[in-house]
Amino acid sequence: MSAILEVNQVSKYFGGVKANEGISLSVEQGSIAGLIGPNGSGKTTLFNSIVGTHPIDKGSIKFDGREISELPVPVIAKLGLLRTFQQTRIYGKLNCVQNMLISHKPKNDTIFSVFSKIPEELTSKAEMLLEFVGLFQKRKLRAGDLSFGQQKLLELAMALMNEPKMLLLDEPTAGINPTLINGIIDRLIKVNKEYGITLLVIEHNMKVIMNLAQKVCCLAHGQLLAEGLPEQIKDDKRVVDAYLGVQ
Amino acid sequence: MNKNNLFFYCLIIAFGLFAPFLFPAFKLQISFLWILIVLALTWDVQGGQMGYNTFGNVLFFGLGMYLCAGIQIGMFFPLDEWTASGGEKTFVHTPLQYFQGFFVGLLLAGVVPAIVAAIIGYGILGLRGHYFAICTLGLGIAAGEIAGGIELIGAGQGMTAPPWPKNIGDTELRSEFFYFSCLILFVVTFLFLKWAYQTRFGLVLNAIRDNEDKAEAMGIHTMRYKIIGWVVSAFFVGIAGGLVGNMIGYIEPVEVAFAGATYGVFMVLMAILGGKGTLWGPVIGATVFHIFKEGFWTFFLGWQYVALGILIVVIVVFFPEGIMGYLREKYPSQFGEIVDEEDLKAQVELK
Repeated sequence: MSAILEVNQVSKYFGGVKANEGISLSVEQGSIAGLIGPNGSGKTTLFNSIVGTHPIDKGSIKFDGREISELPVPVIAKLGLLRTFQQTRIYGKLNCVQNMLISHKPKNDTIFSVFSKIPEELTSKAEMLLEFVGLFQKRKLRAGDLSFGQQKLLELAMALMNEPKMLLLDEPTAGINPTLINGIIDRLIKVNKEYGITLLVIEHNMKVIMNLAQKVCCLAHGQLLAEGLPEQIKDDKRVVDAYLGVQ
Repeated sequence: MNKNNLFFYCLIIAFGLFAPFLFPAFKLQISFLWILIVLALTWDVQGGQMGYNTFGNVLFFGLGMYLCAGIQIGMFFPLDEWTASGGEKTFVHTPLQYFQGFFVGLLLAGVVPAIVAAIIGYGILGLRGHYFAICTLGLGIAAGEIAGGIELIGAGQGMTAPPWPKNIGDTELRSEFFYFSCLILFVVTFLFLKWAYQTRFGLVLNAIRDNEDKAEAMGIHTMRYKIIGWVVSAFFVGIAGGLVGNMIGYIEPVEVAFAGATYGVFMVLMAILGGKGTLWGPVIGATVFHIFKEGFWTFFLGWQYVALGILIVVIVVFFPEGIMGYLREKYPSQFGEIVDEEDLKAQVELK
C-alpha cells in the first residue's frame, strides 16, 4: 500500500498566528484516516491548505505522487481530491437533482464543452446516489429548503457524483440527528469499500472516529500531537490533556 | 403545456411580423421595445443567472454604437473629415456602400465588444458582490469621458451616423428595415439564451450565483464561465448599440452612447421588474417598463422621472423577485416545480 496523500512539514501563518506548524502526515491509498483535535487546533486550516484555498507558507503536499501545493482549487479538485464543508455549501435555489448534475465531472472539460448538453443518463445516476444517502424523496425540493443535516447528506452525495479518488470530510456528522449517525458511518464505510475512495475525516464525535478510522491524527495548537491506531490515540495521555486541559 | 407554448411563440412571432403594418405610428417604439428586451435579457445573464450585478454593460452598448457608425463611414470616406464638418452633407453613401458598411459595422460592433469583455472580464470578474458592481459602474462613466475626448469620433460634440441612402426608398422603408433588424436581433438573442440555459453553461451560472466557492471546490473553472457569459452579453449588446446608433442617427458620448443614467439603469430595472434569473422575466419586464415609460413621457411630460423613481421603489419593496418571481412563488406547479407536502415532511432514514 502506498500513500495517496503526503503532507510534509506544512506551515501556515496568519500574521502572528501559527495555524499550522510543521505538520506531516500521510494517508494510505484506500484507507480511512481520522483527524481530531480541540477547536482552533488547525484542522480546517490544514484542509484548506491541502485543497489549495490559500497558499501555504512552508512544506509540500503531494497527492497521488504529484506536488499540488501550488495548484489552484479547481485543478486540485479535478485531480480527484475533493472536500466537503463544515458549514454546508450547496446551491440553494436549485433542486437536489440539479445540484447533483452540476457536480458531475465532465470527461474532457475544455473551453468548447462550456455549452455541452447534460447527458440524460446522469439523472438516473444522480437519483441513485440521492437514494444512497436517503434523500430520494426530497430530490425535487430546492436544496435551500432542506434542513442542515439533510444538506450535509446532499453534500456527501454531490461529492460522490464527482467520482473523486479521495474525499476530505469536515465533520460529516455534526448537526445530524443521532439516529442517523449509524447510517452515515455505514455509508462512509461503503463509500470506502465499494467505490474505493480514500477518506480523511475531521470529527469530534469519538464514537464515529473509533468506528470509522484505521488511523487517527491529533492536532493541538497547530501542531501534530499524536498519530496512531484509534485505540492508542484514545488512551494517549497527551491527547486527553489537549482535549480536557492539563490538571 | 407544450401546445400552449407553441401557440404562445406563434403569437409573438405573428405580432413581431405584422406590428409595423398594424400600428405604423408605433413602429419606432416597437423597434426600441425589441432593443430594450435584448438589453434586459443580456443583463440578466450576469445580474440574474450569475448573481453578478453589473452596471458596465452599457460600455458595450456605446462601444458597439461608435464602432458600427465609425466603420460604416470609415470604410468609404475619411472619418476625421466627416466628424469635423458634418460629413453627411459632403459625402454620400451609395445604397451598396451603405449596406456593405452596415453589415460589416454591425458584425464588428458585436465582435469587438465581445473581445473587450473578455479582456476586462479577465481583470475584474475576480471581484465579487458590491465590489464588482462599483467597479463596473466606473467602466461606463470612464468610457463616456474617454469618448468625449477623442477628436476622431467627434469628441463631446458627437457624430452623425450615415443617413439612409436617398435613391432607394422613403423613410417608411428605412424604419421598416430597422424594425426588422431589431426583431431579428431579439429573436436570435432569445433563442440563443434559451438554448444556452439548458446546457451546462446555464447550470454552472446558477451554481456561481448560489455558491461560487463550492463550485470551485467541485472542480468547476468558474472564471471561464463568467468570462464567456460576459462575452455573450457584450456581443448582443454591442449589436444592439450599433442598431440604436443608426436609428437615432446622432451619437453623443454621455447622453446617447454610454448613457449610464438611462439605458444603463433601464436594463437593470427591466430585468428586476420582470424577475431576474428567469428567461421570460426580462422580456415581460422590458415590455411593461417600455409601455409605462412611454406612457408617462407622452401624457405626463415633466413628471416622468418622478414616476420612474416611484416605480423603482415599488419594484424593490413589493416585487423584490419581480413579476415572474412573484408568479413562481404563487403557482410553483406552473413552473415545473413539483412540491409535494409529503416530500417536505418526509423523514430521512438511513437503514
